[in-house]
Amino acid sequence: MNGPLPRPRQFAGQPAAPGVALGRIIELQIDGAKERSSGARPAAQIDEAIAEAVRQLHELMARAMPEARKILEFQVEFLGDPVLLEPAQEALARGADFEAAWCAAIDAQIADFESSSDDYFRHRTADLRDMRSRVLAALGGGDLAPLHLPAGAILLADDLEPSRFLATQWRSDHAIVLRGGSPTAHVALLARAHRVPMVVGVGEISVSGACTALVDGSRGMLVLEPDAEQVAQFASTRAQLEADHAHAAAAAARPALTANGERVNVLLNIASLEELDAIDPAICDGVGLVRSELLFAHGPSDEETQLRFYQRILQWAHGRPVIVRTLDAGGDKPMRGITIDGETNPFLGVRGVRLSLAAPDVFKVQLRALLRAALAGNLRIMLPMITAAEEVERVRALLDEAAAELAARGVSFARPPLGIMVEVPAAALALDTFDIDFASIGSNDLLQYTMAAARDNAAVTALSNPRHPGFVVLLQAIVRAAAQRNVSLSLCGDLAAQSQHVDLLLAAGLRSLSMPAAAVGPVKSAIAAWSPAAHGG
Amino acid sequence: MANAQVLLLHAAGLHARPVVTLTKLAKTFASRIHIAADAQGPWIDAKSVVRVMNMKTPANTHLFLRAEGADADAAVNALVTLINNDFNGGPE
Repeated sequence: MNGPLPRPRQFAGQPAAPGVALGRIIELQIDGAKERSSGARPAAQIDEAIAEAVRQLHELMARAMPEARKILEFQVEFLGDPVLLEPAQEALARGADFEAAWCAAIDAQIADFESSSDDYFRHRTADLRDMRSRVLAALGGGDLAPLHLPAGAILLADDLEPSRFLATQWRSDHAIVLRGGSPTAHVALLARAHRVPMVVGVGEISVSGACTALVDGSRGMLVLEPDAEQVAQFASTRAQLEADHAHAAAAAARPALTANGERVNVLLNIASLEELDAIDPAICDGVGLVRSELLFAHGPSDEETQLRFYQRILQWAHGRPVIVRTLDAGGDKPMRGITIDGETNPFLGVRGVRLSLAAPDVFKVQLRALLRAALAGNLRIMLPMITAAEEVERVRALLDEAAAELAARGVSFARPPLGIMVEVPAAALALDTFDIDFASIGSNDLLQYTMAAARDNAAVTALSNPRHPGFVVLLQAIVRAAAQRNVSLSLCGDLAAQSQHVDLLLAAGLRSLSMPAAAVGPVKSAIAAWSPAAHGG
Repeated sequence: MANAQVLLLHAAGLHARPVVTLTKLAKTFASRIHIAADAQGPWIDAKSVVRVMNMKTPANTHLFLRAEGADADAAVNALVTLINNDFNGGPE
């Protein structure tokens, strides 16, 4: 505290992920011994270590967002290529140990990419170093250790492995400074996705002791031992960022009440687990739509992977209802190996539940995972593209089979409520013929099928008007039929996220809307401004 | 035996994501499939992600494809379509 204040030292790097942070520099110390002590027995072969590394990568992939999954998939494919190990076999034949042989193989690749004149290929060396560390750790019987950073830590490192980034628990007051690296490196992409401020390419800086630092990821600046003026400037920048954030959060946190005090259910649409971390469950009354398509993006996931995905969302929802839509492939969502190629009109073809019923073995894996997940919370199963009542009955029969299979395996499960998406006009007009527990209007498809106007065709966009009297009458009919049958009803299409159309939906009698988290604030404001008297509802 | 030539337009070249997509597709065919950045070769095994990455092919390169086997035509057609469709438009 006494003595002369250290002079601030400022370094210009490249902005890699926006945001600001003030904290203490923590230098990345990779402790090889520690990494080796964390896992199972040491691998007896390089092949075994690679298989273990691939298994660990798959584990990270299961809870990663799509971009991160693609980054890790590259590593999985690269490690799975026998060509990679050719130099290792030669080294082993010369008497090298496993570690030296593995390093010979991967270092040859690193050197090859480093020599490239193309930035893009040079930056892939970070991914190769990641594989190098992970396999070395596996050879010692361990895992690539996640970092345990204290609050307010600013991580300083030469570079950071993408998979280590993904294994680390990042806090909102953390930041990353890399001496090397690049804004186009995979780890920079991950930092942006996880909102960790990051500056790269600050060059050879050395830090002694616990040094305070200020990071501005938007400007690519690092200040060591900032002075009072710089700290004040930082505080005002952060205050502005926080105010913006708080403003949006306050709008979202309000209860959804109409001007005359009527409560409206606000539900969320969720497609990936990573979205959950950034959302306070208190802003919503549940999840109105879990899209399960991600689980099938690389071919169908197995039952355990699906189970973990659903369980995680149920845990996050903490007792609030969670409506999971079964695989909705086809139409505007073609999937390699799942949907049927060459249909003349995929929107009127084998899509949604039609596809699931055509591949009952794949479908039953999802149904079993859902039955098991139902023990973890308030789960509901929703079927997309239902047209006829017998489709629901066929799914119910498959649910019976799935339940019997689980019972035969001695696995516990619960039978969740079963509902449908209302997106085919015929189903909308005959809602009372369905034996269901709930229904949710899929406004995108219902609108395009009702208006005969493709939503991906700009030339007919003007016709996709939800205020067309025909569509309004249809909405009212659905609300009426659901009320008569005592079936709970919500709407989960894009329409629910458009605050300018909230009055239309409330006037039609809807009191439950499901939308992306970003729309919650504006939609709640629109709900608060609405009353039946003022809007003729 | 089937052959084709296709212009690689993908902005970052034949990099990690496209290579994974391309080699995974190649592996779905029984034929032996080779790829080259020059009509004279060297011819690289299109099913090896390591070898295709090592080509370090930049954008605007003419790629040459060659397949031998029962499904050679289908393999070359599928790979050409993939490259022409910018690897299905997925982000990196």
